[in-house]
Amino acid sequence: MPSLKDLKNRIASVKATQKITKAMKMVAAAKLRRAQEAAEAARPYSQRMSVVLSNIAQAVGSDGSAPGLMTGTGRDQTHLLVVCTAERGLCGGFNSQIARFARDHLRKLLADGKTVKIICVGKKGFDILRREFASLIIERVDLREVKKIGFENADQIGKKIIGLFEKDEFDVCTLFYSEFKSVISQVPTALQLIPAAAPAEAVSTEAGAAAIYEYEPDAGEILSDLIPRNISVQVFRALLENVAGEMGAKMSAMDNATRNAGEMINKLTLSYNRQRQAQITKELIEIISGAEAL
Amino acid sequence: MADFNFELVSPERLLLSERVTEVVIPASEGEMTVMANHAPTMTTIKPGVVTVKAADGKVSRYVVFGGFADILPTGCTLLAESAVRAEEVDHAAIEKRIEAAKAELEDGAHSDEHRTRVETFLAELTQLNGILVAF
Repeated sequence: MPSLKDLKNRIASVKATQKITKAMKMVAAAKLRRAQEAAEAARPYSQRMSVVLSNIAQAVGSDGSAPGLMTGTGRDQTHLLVVCTAERGLCGGFNSQIARFARDHLRKLLADGKTVKIICVGKKGFDILRREFASLIIERVDLREVKKIGFENADQIGKKIIGLFEKDEFDVCTLFYSEFKSVISQVPTALQLIPAAAPAEAVSTEAGAAAIYEYEPDAGEILSDLIPRNISVQVFRALLENVAGEMGAKMSAMDNATRNAGEMINKLTLSYNRQRQAQITKELIEIISGAEAL
Repeated sequence: MADFNFELVSPERLLLSERVTEVVIPASEGEMTVMANHAPTMTTIKPGVVTVKAADGKVSRYVVFGGFADILPTGCTLLAESAVRAEEVDHAAIEKRIEAAKAELEDGAHSDEHRTRVETFLAELTQLNGILVAF
């Protein structure tokens, strides 16, 4: 049985922890709002991009002059997985969810006898994947110093991917990130970057407009300029979604932690009071029986 | 004069969306002025200055670093890789881009095609820097 003093110390320390988790929750909530705003602000660009891309792809698709980034190498032997996770922990299952999703995919590819290469964006995913697949990780992107993810960060990753593709280092590139559904739900998602899967839904609605466009320079050239850009945009979007997801996950994790700490304090206070009462009763009995003995 | 809707979008945010009468964009095949009822055109953009003449006659300038423009009779959307107002442009940032492009050229690890692209980009950047200094 812990003494009264021990209990008192425990309560004090749990209270201190609760204060920290509460503060972290509030910080996460504020950051979440900012991340959501950033993700929303970036939406018009990627939307326009996909419309334009499908328009051009349609114009070009027929004469077979589409660039390699769009059609791929025609093989699917070497796969490049770009796994985006958070830089920090304490956000529930957020990082391990993405890592697990990527790992399942990876195992399947390895079982099929494919060659796999990994680029890790974010420290946590690197830490998890390193345990099993250290030899497959070719690159690690560190965004820890970055306070607010800008397009340049994504562009660097995009350029890296394209550089590897030009050197014929891989055939298929897949991006792993967590899609931000809501504050409590983040869904790990795989997105194939190369060869680019043409956005099918936009094609049908824009079909009429596509025919009358004038291209300057010609459509093929615009396309070869557009696709690398599109890859960077996709990476950018994934990173923004990840930040929003991380903050959402952190918020609910910290909310849980705060609540658990509250429960713990209640339980400890109860046993503290009980023990104090027991001690008082014991002392009373001692005094009374002492008095009776006289 | 007839006006149309002009949107300037960078990956980070929507910079500008307003009614304008005239926009001058640095298209890769030469500068072009877009006015209302322009034929539908899609063009890439080189680094340069975009001049926007708003419906109320106010003129504003933006510096863009590459991208592309989607022009329709009813409106024009400019998707810029990065865009800032000309008054707020940071010369150090342009210098940095120039340095980065130079370093990429000297790297020598890329294909010839890629090198040509970087070279053109570098030339355009240097030219832009010259224009901006004159401002």
